[in-house]
Amino acid sequence: MSAALAAVETFAAEGRDDAVVALVSKVYPMRSHTVAAEGGAAGVVPGGADTAEQHVADTLRGGAGLGHDDAVRFVVDRAPAELARLERLGMPWSRTADGDPAVRRFGGMTNPRTWFAADKTGFHLLHTLFQTTLREPSIRRYDEHVVLDLLLSDAPSSDAPSSGASRPSSGAGSQSPADASRAARGVVAYDQQRGEPVTILAAAVVLATGGYARAWGTSTNAGIVTGDGLSMALRAGLPLRDLEMVQVHPTCLPGSGILITEAARGEGGVLVDAAGERYLADYGLGPVTPVGEPAARQMELGPRDKLSQAFWHADRAGRTIPTRDGGVVHLDLRHLGKAVIDERLPLVAGLARRFGGVDPVREPIPVRPAAHYTMGGIVTTAHGQVLDAAGAPVAGLFAAGECASTGLHGANRLGSNSLVETLVVGRAAGTLAAAPSSPSEPLSSSGPPSTAARPASSAPPSSAVPSSQSQDPGEAALVDRARARAEHWLAMRGRGTESPAEIRRELGTVLDAEVGIFRDADGLARAAATLEDLHARYQDVRVADTAAVFNTDWSQVLELGAMLAVARGAVAAAIGRTESRGAHQRLDHPHTDDVARHSLVTLDAAGAVEVRWQPVDAAVSAAAAATPGKDHR
Amino acid sequence: MTDQTLRVTVTRQEPGEEPRDETFDVPFDDRTSVLDALDWIKDHSAPSLTFRWSCRSGVCGSCGVMVNGRPVLGCETTVAGYRTSGLTVGPMAHATVQRDLAVDTDEFLAKLRGVSPWMLPTPPVLQPAGAPGPHPSPDAESQDPSAVPSLDVLAVHSQTPGQVEAYRGLSQCIDCMLCYAACPVLDDVAGFTGPAAVATARRWDLDSRDDGNETRFLALAENEEGIWPCTQVGACTRACPKGVDPAKAIRDYQREALG
Repeated sequence: MSAALAAVETFAAEGRDDAVVALVSKVYPMRSHTVAAEGGAAGVVPGGADTAEQHVADTLRGGAGLGHDDAVRFVVDRAPAELARLERLGMPWSRTADGDPAVRRFGGMTNPRTWFAADKTGFHLLHTLFQTTLREPSIRRYDEHVVLDLLLSDAPSSDAPSSGASRPSSGAGSQSPADASRAARGVVAYDQQRGEPVTILAAAVVLATGGYARAWGTSTNAGIVTGDGLSMALRAGLPLRDLEMVQVHPTCLPGSGILITEAARGEGGVLVDAAGERYLADYGLGPVTPVGEPAARQMELGPRDKLSQAFWHADRAGRTIPTRDGGVVHLDLRHLGKAVIDERLPLVAGLARRFGGVDPVREPIPVRPAAHYTMGGIVTTAHGQVLDAAGAPVAGLFAAGECASTGLHGANRLGSNSLVETLVVGRAAGTLAAAPSSPSEPLSSSGPPSTAARPASSAPPSSAVPSSQSQDPGEAALVDRARARAEHWLAMRGRGTESPAEIRRELGTVLDAEVGIFRDADGLARAAATLEDLHARYQDVRVADTAAVFNTDWSQVLELGAMLAVARGAVAAAIGRTESRGAHQRLDHPHTDDVARHSLVTLDAAGAVEVRWQPVDAAVSAAAAATPGKDHR
Repeated sequence: MTDQTLRVTVTRQEPGEEPRDETFDVPFDDRTSVLDALDWIKDHSAPSLTFRWSCRSGVCGSCGVMVNGRPVLGCETTVAGYRTSGLTVGPMAHATVQRDLAVDTDEFLAKLRGVSPWMLPTPPVLQPAGAPGPHPSPDAESQDPSAVPSLDVLAVHSQTPGQVEAYRGLSQCIDCMLCYAACPVLDDVAGFTGPAAVATARRWDLDSRDDGNETRFLALAENEEGIWPCTQVGACTRACPKGVDPAKAIRDYQREALG
């Protein structure tokens, strides 16, 4: 929605009253998983002791060599302005007594710089943006539309004229072959409410589809976080970067995986083992800080990966409390008192009471780790411009938020850097997507590829967009291809014998067991073998429901397919990364390589997973070459 | 889950057809939620069963259903309490059924939009200097994407904790529509703007940064389906899973309108 609003603002600034944004979502936008983000969003408050340089340094340290300096700086420099802008739109930030937005401490951050709205920051952020979009008539919502595939123009053959105009920024010195150039042309989706496919042709597409941590059986993520955008990119031949980097959050409710935000520790909560000991001190996170006096990057405010690793060791040392959902440790907030808990952590208190069965005012909260955030994603520049396997920009294709790998988080994300990323990169991508230098006119929507027509009121006919370029000879072919893609996916209905629920369960179980806090070659080999088996069974997956409207049996099978595809890539990359770095810790390879390299996963023509490795320096150069505005330096 | 089972009846409905009840024996334990039970049915017995869900932690607002005639969030309602009575899960009342437990949401969103739930007057767009884009604005200092934003884009309102507290409770609405399912007025006045939309209007009115009270007051008080159908039964406030008090919001508007 940050991207959509930025695009609308760009249109308004340029007086383009014919341009519209299609906001396509498989759920109503106010249901998106941003709603569950708790702790806050990082931004340096000007005039204080904190500095952008320190925020950059903290973020790069967390990224363990896979972070890109320019991508980090891009977000850090723009974070305060985006957080202030959200304030002006009505975001209910928590305040100091003087009336300024308050900041709190967060794990891995040297200074307090996390803006927050109690512990419901994502909820308020999402609803503030959603309610603001309601005032914009040029944002056309396509709610409960399942996007099936990206529509990209074909790579022109070598003897065809190069479509240089669609490559706004690739310099003459670009290493990428000209015939590899492709451009986004829209998406093909399925309208669950009307029960029909819809082709949306557009000059630019911004993917904001979230991560893939729901593939893990124990996950903090909502059911919808299934890697849909990543799997679409993979099918379109685009590379996915660092898929093996999956952040395991140290403090989640056992069984459900419901997140107990790091803010609970930022406010002074402490972690103790079965004997009541502050066990973190025994695993390299000490020295022990006094209870109620959290200190930056120490003990409970150490980086998330270090805390999860400490849990793993404590669990194996018999220091956790056994439960039916595995060992747990205790997150103790009692010393904070009821007033602080109710004011600063009301959501956590409610979750603990309702889903954990304890009142944190009187009892410690049982917690254990769960898969939380996926650093891996679609390769982009700092602005969200998607890059192809050759490092060249795909014209008009952008990605922002958890689905993107911009170089901000590297091998491990610091808490409160992701909400601000959605705002900053979303804004940049939306602005670029709306730029008139895009290859054809702004968004238009065609009718569905089926013969059924949507009412003109809900889908502007493409003829409403006056443009010489909308006569693109490829448009008819594009609609044909969209129809074929829709039919391909629709043909899964009423077929198959393999239980999707069973495949989903086995997928979650094997990822939890073998692709968690610590990995090794044997476990990853077992995971790979299981995934190949599940992949084979998925080819005959059962979709019993044949209904056209709200066929969630089918849409959940599509989500399962996306999770499987991305998980296969994650395991392949984890096998290939024979080192320990950030969120990827190998028991059999505890060292860190001298040269930091990204993994790049693609599918070959036969659908097999391929992994190649790219030094970070080369990735930074490719992103810089594809960044607009570099000529102004 | 253990081997004990619970009888769960689900009211199902295909588009254009009459509703029908189907009953399932679902394994459960003390933690099994209504949503878990629906998931079990979909996975093991009725793949076409249609219901919405996402976060499973009571914040996304997707999974509202009627359980034995009472609107609840399926994710945070455990089934063990219904061990003796059994339970019937149906679609939320006062909304058009789309399929099984999925009901129309657009009508609610139209009502929400009708109260202008955004900052008024609309704050100006301040483009950070160096924002990406091909057209430099005359006052932009630089088009260099690495330039830091200029200071005015960092301007924020001052708002004390007390001023936040004035609207904090009303800002907790998750748009789950349980209050609409609970509201008896909607039996007779389908067009009633309704509890959540009025509560959200009030949330903005009570926000010290907003100046849109007159706009929203006109939308609610000079519209016979705005605030006036409410008879102050209070069912909305009792149904709200987030402690919002829509009944008070409506009552306050009614008092203001009556002078």
